[in-house]
Amino acid sequence: MNASTDETGRDRWAAGVTPYAEMGYYDADYEPKDTDVLAAFRVTPQPGVDPVEAAAAVAGESSTATWTVVWTDRLTDHEHYQAKAYDVEPVPGREGEYIAKIAYDLDLFEEGSIANLTSSIIGNVFGFKALRALRLEDMRIPAHYVKTFPGPPHGLVMEREYLDKFGRPLLGATVKPKLGLSARNYGRVVYEALRGGLDFTKDDENINSQPFMRWRDRYLYAIEGVNRASASTGEVKGHYMNVTAATMEDMYERAELARELGSVIIMVDLTVGYTALQSMSNWARRNGVLLHLHRAGHGTYTRQKTHGVSFRVIAKWCRLLGVDHLHAGTVVGKLEGDPAIVRGYYDTLRLDRVAANPETGVQFDQDWVSTPAVMPVASGGIHAGQMHQLLHHLGEDVVLQFGGGTIGHPMGIAAGATANRVAVEAMIQARNEGRDVLHEGPEILQRAAGDCPELRAALQVWKDITFDFEATDTPDLVVTPMAS
Amino acid sequence: MRITQGTFSFLPDLSDEQIASQIRYALGRGWAISVEHTDDPHPRNAYWELWGQPLFDLDAAHAEVAMREVRACREAHPAAYVKLIAYDASRGRQTTALSFIVGRPPDEPGFRLERRDAHDRTMRYGLHAYAADRPAGRRYAGGDGAGAR
Repeated sequence: MNASTDETGRDRWAAGVTPYAEMGYYDADYEPKDTDVLAAFRVTPQPGVDPVEAAAAVAGESSTATWTVVWTDRLTDHEHYQAKAYDVEPVPGREGEYIAKIAYDLDLFEEGSIANLTSSIIGNVFGFKALRALRLEDMRIPAHYVKTFPGPPHGLVMEREYLDKFGRPLLGATVKPKLGLSARNYGRVVYEALRGGLDFTKDDENINSQPFMRWRDRYLYAIEGVNRASASTGEVKGHYMNVTAATMEDMYERAELARELGSVIIMVDLTVGYTALQSMSNWARRNGVLLHLHRAGHGTYTRQKTHGVSFRVIAKWCRLLGVDHLHAGTVVGKLEGDPAIVRGYYDTLRLDRVAANPETGVQFDQDWVSTPAVMPVASGGIHAGQMHQLLHHLGEDVVLQFGGGTIGHPMGIAAGATANRVAVEAMIQARNEGRDVLHEGPEILQRAAGDCPELRAALQVWKDITFDFEATDTPDLVVTPMAS
Repeated sequence: MRITQGTFSFLPDLSDEQIASQIRYALGRGWAISVEHTDDPHPRNAYWELWGQPLFDLDAAHAEVAMREVRACREAHPAAYVKLIAYDASRGRQTTALSFIVGRPPDEPGFRLERRDAHDRTMRYGLHAYAADRPAGRRYAGGDGAGAR
């Protein structure tokens, strides 16, 4: 693409507006380099707009281009800095939608900065008038760039060793009601849930420091509950102290107290932004405290199939910038989550090599080059009666969070916790014994409930609770299930 | 009290046949089996005493070999905690894959929570196993029955 005139004879550098595709932002022959950052966008052009030009426009605006030709490009090795759309394919069965793959040279990005990566890739293009909708479906981060990020402060393996908990999902609960409890009452819930058998309790995303309960008081009572429960069980227990606040200085102050009190874990909300998350990640690494990330707000831009950013991309960014826990869906609970799509998120967080897979929506092979795994968290409308489904869909390296499913137990909070713990242990035992837990799950739970009135009551109360709604974010390729 | 460390502490104690079944699962996945014991069950005690070396390269058909070690360790230390560990040496894990208690002292007195007031209403906490007041090897001698759940 060195010609200075295009096929119409128009000079590439003539002042005025030239189609992006003709300025070098589309190159069907481009072979992506191993060092390139790759992005797959779902592009829905306005009626009459050529999809190739739409893809080239996305490549242009997310790299060097502006709306008109600028002569100052000639002061640079401009072709090096241009992003190149190299593949534009219609999406089968979805009229008007195309998957455009775009390659970016590594030089376009600052080392170890998610803020810079996102400003480049999603900074300007999503409001483009020529597009009706645009969605960032996936990214391939080259190993060269992965290695400029520190990754999770501890990671899944270190967390298990630190907690001395192996071979089963970890169990948690979000303290409810979300708002209104005094610090002293709040600590009661922490104590009961942990002594009953959970590993973690959790502040909710919107529990920060409100008039009814200030953060410092909450931390003091919660840590009392944690230590009481640890003494009564002989286990390591934790409460995710939410440090989310208005400023970094406030967050550091809160994190410092959590550390001083001996909390094994703190949490932060996605709403604080990527730069703040990277700062908290560094803090967590320096201080040996696990970092839990609640994906508060993500549904505003991840859920719709044609516009926004897929959560698999958010998950990738979060593993790079470094968190130990990330909420990634339940499949069976109250929040959005097609099973195959959720599996793609879990793979992205846990595996060292993730292969492109149209069934899970994963567009590129991704090599994590030994970046530690993030522990996924499943939270929202799940209960003990679903344990076999949860284990089947999510595996054992996951935190299962039963908030209502613990605190709403008819025999009390500790009983709710015991029901969940007995259910998970019984299911793991059965799975390891070779049972088909997905199909025999209800029977396995009933048998375990024979020794455990708490589980019996839980199965009775929540026996018919399911959240069966059609997912909005689904794979383009749906595999027809085999007859069973 | 009943210490609930390990993967299966909330279930009724596993029978030897149930333990063997877990061993077969672990061996089938290529994990090594080891047995450890302690009379210092503090949750931060990462180094229980090794009952010999881990059993690498054991065939899944020979779970009985590992069971013999479980029984021998329990018999040698009837008043200690004994746990079975399955270890996954694969790259990216290189850590314990499964760990559960297979032997307990007849009586489990549990832990005292020690509190020390510090500044500004903060507290310093420590866990202290009542049994650890006695010297190692004489901590759980005797006892008069099974611990309650």
